[in-house]
Amino acid sequence: MEQVRSWTLNADLQSIGPVVDEIVTLCRGAGFSARHCQLNVPVAVTEAIANAMLRGNQSEAFRQVGVVAMIGVCELVVDVSDEGDGFDLTRIDQSPNDADWLEREQGRGVFLMRSLMDRVENTGAETLGGHRLRLTLHRA
Amino acid sequence: MSFSLDRTDEVVLVTVNGQLVVANRQEFKQAILDAMEQGVRLVIIDFSGSPYIDSSGLGALVSLSRRLRDAGGDLRLVGLNDDLRSLFELTRLDQLFPVFATKGDALADR
Repeated sequence: MEQVRSWTLNADLQSIGPVVDEIVTLCRGAGFSARHCQLNVPVAVTEAIANAMLRGNQSEAFRQVGVVAMIGVCELVVDVSDEGDGFDLTRIDQSPNDADWLEREQGRGVFLMRSLMDRVENTGAETLGGHRLRLTLHRA
Repeated sequence: MSFSLDRTDEVVLVTVNGQLVVANRQEFKQAILDAMEQGVRLVIIDFSGSPYIDSSGLGALVSLSRRLRDAGGDLRLVGLNDDLRSLFELTRLDQLFPVFATKGDALADR
């Protein structure tokens, strides 16, 4: 049976943690592995929400971020929507092979999402009228 | 997340409790930069009480490591659980940070 939970956040980075904690708790209840619950899910979901606040919404206080988590017996799907112009995920190529990888302070978030989730995709506009990112993780 | 700093001369042991993420990495980074301003050159960070780190937290560590190396110092990690070890290996940042099993090991290698 699928469980669906949703949240609407403002630009407060402190609001990310409680949402991540709730999603992890739901994943534990659905039987996801310890590795998924302790690493893959919290890191990737944190990246997606922070990305929406900081890049998508440009930290604008009046813009919101929507999060919808769908947890089923086979997979977790998390949609993160912002009210910004979005970005083309396919044009972001972050790799540990980058020359400055071991020196730069930023630019690992998309790599982490892609590495820790089974699928990361842009799914277009959502109810907030901006951009939506979808994370999918299959239960191992 | 909370953290504490225990300083002795040029060495500071930073104990992290909770996740090092985008919401707290600036406070964390600034505390260590302040310690460097006061002469600290070896920073040992104990992550045994930390479940995970996001890209912002990793970025803060990379930045601090670079500044310490530029000043002739070093940043070392201890107490990584299996998930955190995997994260550092995945991002290849295990090539940047010396990782030790215990604080004693990190202190002894000088």
